[in-house]
Amino acid sequence: MKFLTYLGIGTIFGIVMTKSEAVSWFRIQEMFRFESFHMYGIIGVAVVVGALLVALLKRFDVHAIDGSELRLKPKAHTYRRYIYGGTLFGLGWAMTGACPGPLFTLLGHGILSIVLVIASAVLGTYVYGAFRGRLPH
Amino acid sequence: MEFLSQPWHWSVSGVLIALTMLALLLLGKEFGVSSNLRTMCTLVGAGRRHDFFRIDWRAQTWNLVFAAGAILGGFIATTWLANPDPVAISAETTAYLNSVGIDYPAGEGFVPDELYAMDRLLQPLNWLFLVVGGFLIGFGTRWAGGCTSGHAISGLANLQLPSLVAVIGFFIGGLVMTWLILPFLLPYLTAAA
Repeated sequence: MKFLTYLGIGTIFGIVMTKSEAVSWFRIQEMFRFESFHMYGIIGVAVVVGALLVALLKRFDVHAIDGSELRLKPKAHTYRRYIYGGTLFGLGWAMTGACPGPLFTLLGHGILSIVLVIASAVLGTYVYGAFRGRLPH
Repeated sequence: MEFLSQPWHWSVSGVLIALTMLALLLLGKEFGVSSNLRTMCTLVGAGRRHDFFRIDWRAQTWNLVFAAGAILGGFIATTWLANPDPVAISAETTAYLNSVGIDYPAGEGFVPDELYAMDRLLQPLNWLFLVVGGFLIGFGTRWAGGCTSGHAISGLANLQLPSLVAVIGFFIGGLVMTWLILPFLLPYLTAAA
């Protein structure tokens, strides 16, 4: 049952990513070239609606269905990891036209070469894990 | 069914992404796709060498199942809900892409054949391009502790300043690549074999 719940939410997410065209390499180029409002509209609406929902959840002290606290912990207030890591991710996002969600969704589109991108993303994660002690955070 | 096969308006898509985050929060989870890349490292035994991967992957199963759903959703959307027309990007973007050798709009799909068609991978430069791109996604998201879903959506919705810094980083990287590197690189990547 739980399995089907998460599979269902993921499936809807994959459909939304496709139908919104957020999985499109072309849309990501267009976004970074500031030549259309489309992607900014998607992210902007998601953030504004998301912020309203989170504010309401906090205001009414809503808990998860199992009674636990919602996973809304504040993030640590260091900044170097966010700016350095974020910038590296941004470089990869503009190259491949995909962030991690769309990487999986594009596989569902039958684009087999995306397997190479996913595999090297796993490798990149591994190398980060191996060297994180030497990186500024 | 016609409204399903047309591209969805950005506002509809934005609301549905926010609802995805809400559903996961109410289930006691956190919306963040890149964490799966770490779990995959753990699954292939990376925990034996590095503490960072010594996590209980079973507690992350839900997220792997979510990612499997994202694959399934991509299949469903392109098999039964596909829009027959190419993605309607702006005329300016189309003109630029044509100028660097990307034949758009041509055919269907969401990625350029010049970069993603299987026969392109026989060219070392094209192969390297996808490998480096993927590597930067994996390394960068874990260093930053999240990607578009974890920082740009979940983090900003929770008014987290560190997430705003991460998103600024996403754009610094994206803009540098798009404006300073890709215009020079794409002509080589799209050149005929």
